[in-house]
Amino acid sequence: MPAASIIDVNITLGQWPTRRVPCDELPALAAKLHQHNVIEAWAGSYDGLFHEDLTAVNNRLADDCRAQTAVRLIPFGEINPLLPNWQAELARCAEHHRMPGVRLHPNYHGYALDHPDFALLLKAVAERDLIAQLTVLMEDDRMMHPLMRVAPVDLRPLAALVEQTPGLRLILLNALKGPRDDKLIRLLNTNGVYCEIAMLEGVGALEQLITEVSVEKILFGSHAPSLYFESASLKLRESALPVPHVRTIVQENARRL
Amino acid sequence: MEIWDVHCHLASLPGNTPDARLARLLEFADRMGVERVCVFMGLTWSYDPSPADLRQQNDEVLAAIAHYPDRAFGFVYLSPKHVRESLDELNRCVADGPMVGVKLWVAVRADALELDPIVERATELKAVVLQHAWMKVTGNLPGESTPIQLATLAARHPNAKLICGHTGGDWEQGIRAVRAHANISVDLGGGDPAAGITEMAVRELGPERIVFGSDAPGRSFASQLAKVYGAAIPDDAKQLIFATNLKRLLKPILTDKGLSVDN
Repeated sequence: MPAASIIDVNITLGQWPTRRVPCDELPALAAKLHQHNVIEAWAGSYDGLFHEDLTAVNNRLADDCRAQTAVRLIPFGEINPLLPNWQAELARCAEHHRMPGVRLHPNYHGYALDHPDFALLLKAVAERDLIAQLTVLMEDDRMMHPLMRVAPVDLRPLAALVEQTPGLRLILLNALKGPRDDKLIRLLNTNGVYCEIAMLEGVGALEQLITEVSVEKILFGSHAPSLYFESASLKLRESALPVPHVRTIVQENARRL
Repeated sequence: MEIWDVHCHLASLPGNTPDARLARLLEFADRMGVERVCVFMGLTWSYDPSPADLRQQNDEVLAAIAHYPDRAFGFVYLSPKHVRESLDELNRCVADGPMVGVKLWVAVRADALELDPIVERATELKAVVLQHAWMKVTGNLPGESTPIQLATLAARHPNAKLICGHTGGDWEQGIRAVRAHANISVDLGGGDPAAGITEMAVRELGPERIVFGSDAPGRSFASQLAKVYGAAIPDDAKQLIFATNLKRLLKPILTDKGLSVDN
């Protein structure tokens, strides 16, 4: 278990539409995070996947984060580049709410990564010196509600986009679920691209990942409250990591970003 | 807490021999406080194994557990497509060998009548039967069982000790499917550590019908242990799930084999 305090870069506020879970009310989630030595968590909103009025979603997210004191919650507003005038919402997130980044769900918003507006969005995010969090999937595709089956985001166009977007800082959330292919590893070794460990699977998978990807590219993420928070924290015990690597993953990388 | 794991494999681990692979698995188990593991299936799998393939995979498990008699139990891997040969394997590995359970995977659905002689013989031997079960919105494999089909099998064999692998995959349906059959326990392992699975299982089945399984090494011990450590249930329920329930299920066959089990 980590001795250092944790920055969890992958939590979400609100309720998932097909299931209530034990920590999907903010006081319970904050208590759980606090119990596990989380000092800061980067939060998106489940509503952001489904609501069209993202201004209201992001306002609520910012208010909820500000009101919470047990753990420092950092709001990451939701942006959908297919909605009209998404540029204004991006500006509100950055200037009004002073968010350090935004969260993207291309598969729930219905666009592929080769959509021209996605390239514009990445460029705008980078120009504002924001962090982009791109969620690859939310849940096991075998377990989805039959009316809400959503394929994982196809990351293949990303390598070229990252190359043509100077200054981009992109964190892939829930990207490490299945067998890792060489293309994903190459992408993670590209300048400015990061991942987290919420859906990383297999015994000792984290120590294996560090042989393939620089430890500076790996952040701590839990995907709470959808997943039990303890899943991510126990991975740090299962893999034999030097203490400095643990500190780098659970806090220093997020601080640097 | 004491932890026994009902669901582990040797495939996809480093090591040239079965015992080298089990040694590697136990290194991780040690880090996570898992004292005992049940292992089944060999180094290479197929959905529809031939009798020769079954025998080879069981030989690999026998070779592995022989090196760790105080840490690992074996379950014999059988296929209802080959009933006679499966009964031979059951006798070789359980009646005359050290194994204590049966693993059925995806060759034949659990409600098929071909399972009856296998389950009857396993019950005579006091062996548990762990049936893989999933209910996938993406569609099951042709021979892949749902927890509903396992419930049908349980109704025909009320004295059998059945374990529903993966809690049926889609656990919200799986738990409901097996609820009426007291001779089915659920194995928590093998799915994402989705919050709420253990709380629902305790609510609907009671903590005595839940056993901890990881499906390691494909899954991490960490993600699967989190389902119990992270659940909002009392500590005594966690201990039942982590070890006590599996000990209770295995105690009769272990006693027959001259092994003692504390409760």
